[in-house]
Amino acid sequence: MVSKFKQALDSGKFVITSEIGPPKGTDLEKMNHHIALLKDKVDALNVTDHQSSVMRFPSIGGCLAIQEMNGEAVLQMTCRDRNRIALQADLLLAYSKGVRNVLCLTGDAVPVGDHGAAKGIFDLDSVQLLHLIRQLEAGTDLGGNKLEGAVQFCAGATVTPEAEPLEPQLIKFEKKIEAGAEFFQTQAIYDLERFAKFMEYARQFSVKILAGIVLLSSARMAKFMTENVPGIFVPQNLIDELAKAPKGGALKKGIEIAGRTIAAIKKESLCDGVHIMAINREEVVPDILAAAGL
Amino acid sequence: MKSITRQKPFDEVKQLSESFNRIFLVGCGTCATVTKTGGIDEVRVMKESLQDEGKLVTGWVVIPTACDEMTAEVAGENARAVQDAQCIIVMACALGVQRIDSYLNKPVIPALDTLFIGLEKSPGQYVEACAQCGQCILGETAGICPLTACHKGLLNGPCGGTNKGKCEVDKEKDCAFTLIYERLKEQGRLDLMRKYHPPKNYQVIPRPRMTSLL
Ligand code: SF4
Ligand code: SF4
Repeated sequence: MVSKFKQALDSGKFVITSEIGPPKGTDLEKMNHHIALLKDKVDALNVTDHQSSVMRFPSIGGCLAIQEMNGEAVLQMTCRDRNRIALQADLLLAYSKGVRNVLCLTGDAVPVGDHGAAKGIFDLDSVQLLHLIRQLEAGTDLGGNKLEGAVQFCAGATVTPEAEPLEPQLIKFEKKIEAGAEFFQTQAIYDLERFAKFMEYARQFSVKILAGIVLLSSARMAKFMTENVPGIFVPQNLIDELAKAPKGGALKKGIEIAGRTIAAIKKESLCDGVHIMAINREEVVPDILAAAGL
Repeated sequence: MKSITRQKPFDEVKQLSESFNRIFLVGCGTCATVTKTGGIDEVRVMKESLQDEGKLVTGWVVIPTACDEMTAEVAGENARAVQDAQCIIVMACALGVQRIDSYLNKPVIPALDTLFIGLEKSPGQYVEACAQCGQCILGETAGICPLTACHKGLLNGPCGGTNKGKCEVDKEKDCAFTLIYERLKEQGRLDLMRKYHPPKNYQVIPRPRMTSLL
């Protein structure tokens, strides 16, 4: 059966996804609250996989919680912590529990996280992980052995439309498509003119593109991201707008900017939808949607 | 250049040799001399440091190439001083340490940490060049090894962390795939970057690795 998320992507509607960051520990109250708050407002919810290489409750655990609450989960799966045996096993588990969507990621580098001395695995890369999913779907594992019961996933990946240099990124984007990626979540988008250029190029491929929307919570954060996060460029006028917000009002301004960006993307039919990342502030996602008129 | 080494902190050497009073010292005339970690000068400094700690250095030698067969002979030439010693402190890479250990039935203590197999880029600056993966792909990557030059050892192109040609783990380090891209482009071989690399065989020769070349 085709996943609900895949159906939404294929329906031609403006698709909205968001994401949940699991807790560091076993107290799931906050995570479950966020899931309950968002599950019916979006087409699917990603669960991050030890984002920034910080050890947390696992992505699969968050996805199972979403499924239990009748939401639609996207399992984020990085290649950082598991070799090909463990990746396949987790895909079997996810499928058996009703998870039907996977986002294939390389994963952040180990030294940027909170277990800097750990061994980085990277037995596969994101392109190989996509291939692997297609192979499991065909009924055999990577070792060429027949599966008793195969899987079926809507598989996606990420792309950074403003990577520098851009061409190697686009070559990899095309490799991901050839490997079977059906949808892409982009790195955060702020400059729609630049994004439109990328979309002109990306439109030639029959894949769905969800523009990444990262909530800006202050001028400082916006500046930091633009200076430090690869492939993120926050235009100066947005930074100024945040700086000019009344004291304690920067977050509200950020919500307004995110909402406005989403509305513009939708109005101009720039791409197929958005993926909203309100890192650590999941509770304001409904406000962003309201600001976008959704 | 092959083995790139760094001296262990002297405190660690001291602690490893704590229970020994009479010590024989070995340096290496090849890699460890070039890296200034185990050449004649460094061995002399080590000798003095050990003496300052009240140890008796029964003798020392800098073997031309500590990892090769000749090591047995050099050990023989110093048989007396070696015999008087309770342990051997080796200022060579781990290959030298293991070679010496296989000839002398004495506790062997490494004074260096072996970092990687690399090349000297500019005086005193070394880069890892090969992880001995057993299936070399340099022919498809413009002579740049992604297993060592990319932090994650990726094969199919840059990760999302690549930033203005630099690597996500360190702004001072080049992103392997920007380097590979630029060289392949220069050579008119960008099609190689579009090629799909399947999962790598990490067990070309399972460890312990051995081979017979007869
Ligand atoms: S691909 Fe890299 S690690 Fe493998 S043999 Fe070649 S240089 Fe060495
Ligand atoms: S930034 Fe480049 S070199 Fe660093 S891990 Fe990513 S792909 Fe590899």
